[in-house]
Amino acid sequence: MVWLPLDTWIVVIGALCAMACALPGCFLVLRKMSMMGDAISHAVLPGLAIAFLVTGSRASFGMFIGAAIVGVITAVFTQWISSFGKVDRGASMGIVFTTLFALGLLLIVQAADHVDLDPGCVLYGAIELTPLDTTMTIGRLAIPRAAVVLATVLLINMAIIISFFKELQISAFDPALATTMGINATLMHYLLMSMVAVTTVASFEAVGSIIVIAMLIAPAATAYLLTDRLSVMLVISAVAAILSSALGHLSALTVPRLFGFESTNTSGMMAGATGLLFGFAWILAPRYGLLSRWFHRKNLLAEDPTVTGE
Amino acid sequence: MIMQRCLPMSVFLLIACFATVAFASPFHNHDQPVSANRELEALSNRGIDWPGASQIMRVATLQNYNTRLVVLSTTILGTASGLIGTFLLLRKRSLMGDALSHACLPGIGLMFMMMGALGGDGKYLPGLLLGATLTGVGGVVLVLLIRNTTRVKDDAAMGLVLSVMFGIGVAVLGMVQAMPGASAAGLEYFIYGKTASMVMQDFTLISAVAAAVTVMSMLLFKEFTLVCFDEGYASTQGWPVNWLDIAMLSLVTSVTVVGLQAVGLILIIAFLITPAAAARFWTENLKRMLLLSGMIGAISGWLGSSISALLPRLPAGAVIVVVAATIFLMSMIFGSSRGVLLRMLARRRLNRKVGRQHLLRAVYELIESRKHPEMSDVANVAISMDELLLRRSWTRSELEKLIRIATHEDHIEYYNGKLIRLSEPGFGEAARITRNHRLWEMYLIKHADVAAAHVDRDADAVEHVLGAEMVRKLEEELVKRGQALLVPPSPHTIITGA
Repeated sequence: MVWLPLDTWIVVIGALCAMACALPGCFLVLRKMSMMGDAISHAVLPGLAIAFLVTGSRASFGMFIGAAIVGVITAVFTQWISSFGKVDRGASMGIVFTTLFALGLLLIVQAADHVDLDPGCVLYGAIELTPLDTTMTIGRLAIPRAAVVLATVLLINMAIIISFFKELQISAFDPALATTMGINATLMHYLLMSMVAVTTVASFEAVGSIIVIAMLIAPAATAYLLTDRLSVMLVISAVAAILSSALGHLSALTVPRLFGFESTNTSGMMAGATGLLFGFAWILAPRYGLLSRWFHRKNLLAEDPTVTGE
Repeated sequence: MIMQRCLPMSVFLLIACFATVAFASPFHNHDQPVSANRELEALSNRGIDWPGASQIMRVATLQNYNTRLVVLSTTILGTASGLIGTFLLLRKRSLMGDALSHACLPGIGLMFMMMGALGGDGKYLPGLLLGATLTGVGGVVLVLLIRNTTRVKDDAAMGLVLSVMFGIGVAVLGMVQAMPGASAAGLEYFIYGKTASMVMQDFTLISAVAAAVTVMSMLLFKEFTLVCFDEGYASTQGWPVNWLDIAMLSLVTSVTVVGLQAVGLILIIAFLITPAAAARFWTENLKRMLLLSGMIGAISGWLGSSISALLPRLPAGAVIVVVAATIFLMSMIFGSSRGVLLRMLARRRLNRKVGRQHLLRAVYELIESRKHPEMSDVANVAISMDELLLRRSWTRSELEKLIRIATHEDHIEYYNGKLIRLSEPGFGEAARITRNHRLWEMYLIKHADVAAAHVDRDADAVEHVLGAEMVRKLEEELVKRGQALLVPPSPHTIITGA
């Protein structure tokens, strides 16, 4: 295995992307809205397609805006269908995102002969190629465009979370209380949704639309098992995000060789790594892990024989 | 009981009919030079090429072998996923199909690798489907495990399993694609679907699975219903809720796995959710909902794939989803049981009724307060709108609107231009409404221990939905107590607002 500067960039971009996703992801997990990340990331396809058809380029700001708008529209439509139609939230989410995805697919296929927009690229991204596209140089260091974009999104997310920490926290745990305290819970909801939409769109090129869901949910869920404090949870999820990026790329370089293959898709491996970290937390977490709960139960049984196992 | 078995049976027969039609008809390949020309034109022409009447007839009567295969397969698949999707929706597990279909991917890749390593054909379909089923079920079990053994909730568990397993699947496929000499191109079909190029094998598979799913949901109808509506009750009754859940999700898995190839990964999710959600707007009866959901699934499949066969360059999977979504939207607006329009009309009707009752009672209480102390009857005198305005917290425009409606209904008439007066039927109606209000107030004071000073508002909140039956009971109660059946005096002082 040879470690090149390219590999460092891949890990950095992966880590930036995973961190940018993990921060809003914590709130999604706490608000029991994780699947919203899934819905939004699928539904931005028509936004990307329309923006691409209008502007004609793939790396444009317009594409970003188009996708972000469709992301927020997904949240709005889901809300409408579940409140006006009294449809289960999950089902209304499913209806909205599959329909938008289908529309996006139709648009792309209609324009297929004069458009270079591959749905495959949207689905899994191409993190291996991102370091090659450099726009900015500081000194002698050429910085890839994806790194600049993702770092900006990460900073924006951090800024929003720090400045609205109290509001986001209260509306995550108790929207009714938030409303009585004069916090606009609806506004906070859509702020979060826009954050998720923008982050998802920014992460597309790097990791694609499905893996971004792993970045949104897995580090946050891992952190949720390790702590009871929101601020600590945010920090842990960011650390888990960095770890999974490094671990993912390392295993993408080494694991295929073990089975005699040449290489594999790095972002897929990063998603696998986030799952691995969650698995560790699931078993080993100090308070909510399987092992500690098992020991706790055993101790209880030893102390008091009248307590039954179940 | 017979009804219970009857309905899925009819669906089953429907599927059987389709299958017979497809198998019995001679498999002529009607590919005429005309269609070849059309394809060439379609390639050179970027606009949508509208089909002629003969073209539509050909597709509608399933004359082309390929079209017939695609249309029948998607119709049958729509029926089966509509049926099982109904249970998923009622179990509030709609997105489970989403998690499941993504979790199938690593199984497909791993199976391809294994079969290739063992020297067989990597793309052997039953093997790939077996792999997909295994990891799909594995994903479902993982979701249930995470939900049951950690504090991570359902939604995060689903999202986690879905994305991580899909990621692993992408990584595995990535390895396979980089494998020298092995062509894994066909595996992409599992993500986007390959509706237009389905073969007989796919059709047979889909029909078999659809039949199995129908029979199973027929046999487990009672159990699934119980688990859907009252999980707690089911488990106290000794039903193995977890096993029933797994049985239900296995059926979903089998539909998903065969559907993956047909309409693609994302679009099978729509097939599982949308028809059931659309059917929910039309009925409150589970059996009817199952039938309707199956029918909506079938119609979306049939119409969607026919449209896609007529218009070149429209992928069938996507068109089917759009058709299903359109049916959903129509159902949501016009649905005869929970439709938005219906509920809006019902609310409007109630608001009108409440407004009329408020107006008439306000007028009656006002003229009652004018009553001469010596006289026992309330005289129907004319009153001004300003007096009325002070009776309740209504704005002038609201009051004017209510009065306008009441004059249309012939309850109120204008008197000398500015003043208003109850009409003959209006007076009777107003007396009746006021009487009901007071009967209810007295009942609340006696039996619900509501203070006399508060009773007006409490009675206000319920009296509009007071049924005739309840009024009769109240009357009987009062007759027993020796009270007159005329409008009783108000149990509290009426603030005239003047």
